[in-house]
Amino acid sequence: MELHELTMHQALAAMRRGELTSVELTEAILARIEAVEPKTRAYLTVTAERALEAARQADALRAAGEERPLLGLPIAIKDNLSTRGVETTCASRILEGYVPPFDATVVERLKAAGAVILGKTNMDEFAMGSSTENSAFFPTHNPWDLERVPGGSSGGSAAAVAAGEALAALGTDTGGSVRQPASLCGLVGVRPTYGRCSRYGLIAFASSLDQPGPLTRDVRDAALLMEVMAGHDPRDATTWREPVPDYVAALGEGDLHGLRVGVPKEYFVEGVEAAVEQAVRSAIETLADLGAEIVEVSLPHSETGLPVYYLIAPAEASANLARFDGIRYGYRAEARTLEELYFRTRGEGFGPEVKRRIMLGTYALSAGYYDAYYRKAQQVRTLIRRDFDRAFEQVDVIVGPTSPVTAFRLGERTDDPLQMYLADIFTLSQALAGIPALSLPCGFDEAGLPIGLQIAAPVLREATMFRVAYAYEQATTWHERRPTL
Amino acid sequence: MALTKDEVRHIAALAHLALSDEEIALYQEQLSAILDYAARLQAIDTSDVPPTATVLPLVSVLREDVPTEPLPRDEALANAPDAEANCFFVPPVLPPEKA
Repeated sequence: MELHELTMHQALAAMRRGELTSVELTEAILARIEAVEPKTRAYLTVTAERALEAARQADALRAAGEERPLLGLPIAIKDNLSTRGVETTCASRILEGYVPPFDATVVERLKAAGAVILGKTNMDEFAMGSSTENSAFFPTHNPWDLERVPGGSSGGSAAAVAAGEALAALGTDTGGSVRQPASLCGLVGVRPTYGRCSRYGLIAFASSLDQPGPLTRDVRDAALLMEVMAGHDPRDATTWREPVPDYVAALGEGDLHGLRVGVPKEYFVEGVEAAVEQAVRSAIETLADLGAEIVEVSLPHSETGLPVYYLIAPAEASANLARFDGIRYGYRAEARTLEELYFRTRGEGFGPEVKRRIMLGTYALSAGYYDAYYRKAQQVRTLIRRDFDRAFEQVDVIVGPTSPVTAFRLGERTDDPLQMYLADIFTLSQALAGIPALSLPCGFDEAGLPIGLQIAAPVLREATMFRVAYAYEQATTWHERRPTL
Repeated sequence: MALTKDEVRHIAALAHLALSDEEIALYQEQLSAILDYAARLQAIDTSDVPPTATVLPLVSVLREDVPTEPLPRDEALANAPDAEANCFFVPPVLPPEKA
């Protein structure tokens, strides 16, 4: 196996045995980036020198007898997570050239755990999108088929990991932005419980929904990374104080006896590709074979996830993105007065999807429409949460497809925003309910494109979710496939 | 529901966005379609349903008020498109008077 194909835990074991150094591993990954980056375009910034320096430090620490959870592992970071001294743009012209004076908490935690940061990955501008085509700079290509999208908004992170350009990556999930690209690129992608990981330094899109999450090659790696990322942060008042469990220990032995798996009848609807439905149904049979009890549940408000999300998230975005005014950082337009400066900076600096959502959110919050749109959406959000509360009285986890379709072609959905929004149909309601959910590979379609199985759990029950995912992964080999580039 | 061009211009003004006529026309069409889609929520009975603003069981989070090092001024200004005399520099609030 080539070095760039290793999982984090494989690389860590080899380094701990003294068979591999972080410098060797990092050099191999940087060479891989050089070789395949022209095809995937996963990165906005590669920090090769910094990475090699961090790798040398990791090797020195290990030689001195010190061990850390991620010591020497090369990891990529989505470009909406602040990195001290490294340009952070959210793939937007309005932040071009912005160099944060601080690290996001999750980045700080990765560094403290010994990770080697490779650079910043491409994304849909301000994380608004499902294909990474909304990047203001260039689209990213899916390593499984370069004519297709990697999903989004964490499409650069997903493509980087799938293509061997990083051992793992951080993404962020507001309505599916970690899980959907994980599904389309054949990876494990985790959306943690809202508040499990700190949002400090994550450039805000929708504050009641945003969560950082890992993208990895297998479930063990996801558990390993989550243990480092999760936990209370005094700089984010919305983080949970509950101690972080040992997720790796919770993976278990692959036996699911006594565990109840819920299958919502609303998840197999029109619009789900036949290959996706077949793969997910077959995965559910595998879970039953492993001892799980399969229970049909109902989430009657599933269909409202899309309209609720596309009112609440843009409303929050319209407020959060008010800070981009051309004064303190980023792009500034030429103007004679302060007001003209605001209007022109924002009009020229934001891309089409970002402006569309700012407009939508501004409208939903404006006088006369607030009750009909924003407040109504918040009320239906309560109904979506109640659906999950009720279902989790009967079951331990809920499973279904992550995405109704496999990777679609570049340009196929860019003309119709609603068509693009439909790509997130199965990932929105978990985000609105604040519960954890992950995607992991459960098959391939006729064209050889990966299919993802989504597993959701109650608030703070990531350990249960990982246990089910790990049992399934141990019983299958989907996660061992790598794209040829 | 169909938005008029004037409504779209009004929203753009509220959001402080300078938009071209082409953008106004495009957003008129696209926002109308999205709002049409969102209108299906009106059919759901939400009387007596409280709104969810946050999924967390938090009320008020307090901590000790401990002074820490602030961001140094030069770092705070380092990303500014225009800074002078340790201040962010902006154009005048009122337009220059015509001669």
